[in-house]
Amino acid sequence: MTIEPSQRVETVPPSGIRRFFELAEEMDEIISLGVGEPDFSAPWAAREAAITSLELGKTSYTANRGRRELRELIAADADRRYDLTYDPDEEVLVTTGASEGLDLALRAVIDPGDTVAVVQPSYVSYVPGVIFAGGEPLPVPTTTETDFKLTTEALYEAGADEADALVLCYPNNPTGATMTGSELEPIAEFAREHDLVVLSDEIYSELTYEHDHTSIATLPGMRERTIVFNGFSKAYAMTGLRLGYALGPPEAIAAMNRIHQYTMLSAPTTAQYAAIEALESCDDAVGEMRRQYDRRRRLVLSRFEEMGIECFPASGAFYAFPESPWDDSEAFAEALLEDQHVAVVPGTAFGEGGEGHLRVSYATGMSDLKEALDRIETFIS
Amino acid sequence: MDLHEELLELLQENARYSIDDLARMTDAEPDEVEAEIERLESEGVIRGYQAVVDFEETERERVRAIVELNVTLDRETSYGDIADRIVQFPEVRELRLVSGDYDFDMEVQGDSMREVSHFISDKIAPIPEITQTVTHYHMDTYKTQGIVLGDGDDDDRLSISP
Repeated sequence: MTIEPSQRVETVPPSGIRRFFELAEEMDEIISLGVGEPDFSAPWAAREAAITSLELGKTSYTANRGRRELRELIAADADRRYDLTYDPDEEVLVTTGASEGLDLALRAVIDPGDTVAVVQPSYVSYVPGVIFAGGEPLPVPTTTETDFKLTTEALYEAGADEADALVLCYPNNPTGATMTGSELEPIAEFAREHDLVVLSDEIYSELTYEHDHTSIATLPGMRERTIVFNGFSKAYAMTGLRLGYALGPPEAIAAMNRIHQYTMLSAPTTAQYAAIEALESCDDAVGEMRRQYDRRRRLVLSRFEEMGIECFPASGAFYAFPESPWDDSEAFAEALLEDQHVAVVPGTAFGEGGEGHLRVSYATGMSDLKEALDRIETFIS
Repeated sequence: MDLHEELLELLQENARYSIDDLARMTDAEPDEVEAEIERLESEGVIRGYQAVVDFEETERERVRAIVELNVTLDRETSYGDIADRIVQFPEVRELRLVSGDYDFDMEVQGDSMREVSHFISDKIAPIPEITQTVTHYHMDTYKTQGIVLGDGDDDDRLSISP
């Protein structure tokens, strides 16, 4: 016999990024602006804490919800930075990356046939996550006209007033868009009026360059209907340690933990020790990385402007989302890769509204970034 | 962060950034950047620009040493007076007054150990105020001026990731 994949799996196409990855892997000496993770290593203090924990033999499971010390630090940090107040015992769940948290939340709150509105362009996992959870994804496209910010017009147009839940991600991957508190207010009102659960992926919250991050959960009436996802991957450059967390009302966290305790048991112990140290002593390292990203962001946006490439002023994460010089963004990205050995990701990989754009990651050292921009300039002129 | 602070940081990272790139990175006008750098130079904040050279990678041998200097002062002679004499020697690359067991921390450079040793015994040790020298030759350099020498880390991230 052959093992046939389930219908659930068959309905989800492989990631659009995959084909591009294979093309890029075949080539030597490429400069990649296609990477969705920091080019820095985790701060040394965090790495050393992980090493020390191993030396001390801290290699067993932790509590399902994560080490209490870590949950306390997470709660205190969320309060200090974003005015998010959560109880470390009841309202915090440490997960294996923010990705696990989102998957748990979808499975914990979505019933078969529930509609989940997903703001697009967006990170590649949301739509498949909804499908794996048995829900129906409803794309809500955002466009360059609103600088890729979500508006209630876009929600109504997509029919999200009939949806059961809404997945948001600001600062956004792939666009680099951010939303201020006042821009989130109408979205919060929409969620309250139409009784939506909001799943807010805030993994890039520390990487904003024009204004501080506001979590939608802090807006009136939103706490009880929002689950916030965050983690250590982006701000602390700890992607490979796979550590995230979810913050939400007790019943939501308990439901998520029900799945987590059976499927994951607990998030990686070594990573939890690194995260404790990261929260205790690595603010400066985060600030330094943010400054480096901001300089690169300004360089990239200026260079695109000078080259005549339209690009809205991305203000968060480490992405710019310029218009593709050719209408067909995949064809452009492929030609750029073959001709100039520079990799960018075509916007089509990120769902509706992505076509016609390119995701340009500036999580790359300054000299490579400058060289890649020079090559793009050569290619289009 | 003020423009001058940001420029100082960027120029310390790479003094060869073009005025245009510095302007792009700081959201300033190129004229503004140029004027600010000129001001920093004329006020003596920026004292020069140098390449960071890994001599291990060159044909020519270079010898460097750290020399601890102890001195004795009197009413007419201050640390500054002694330093003023020592810095005249082109062999001296760095000179600092430090706290602790000795007074000056001096770095010297020459083409051979013999040359450096002679310099210390013939030119430095005889200075009347100097009472003791302890010389430490550099055996290997791993990091200099904030730059890690060696082959560097390969970027082992996936070339494309979501």
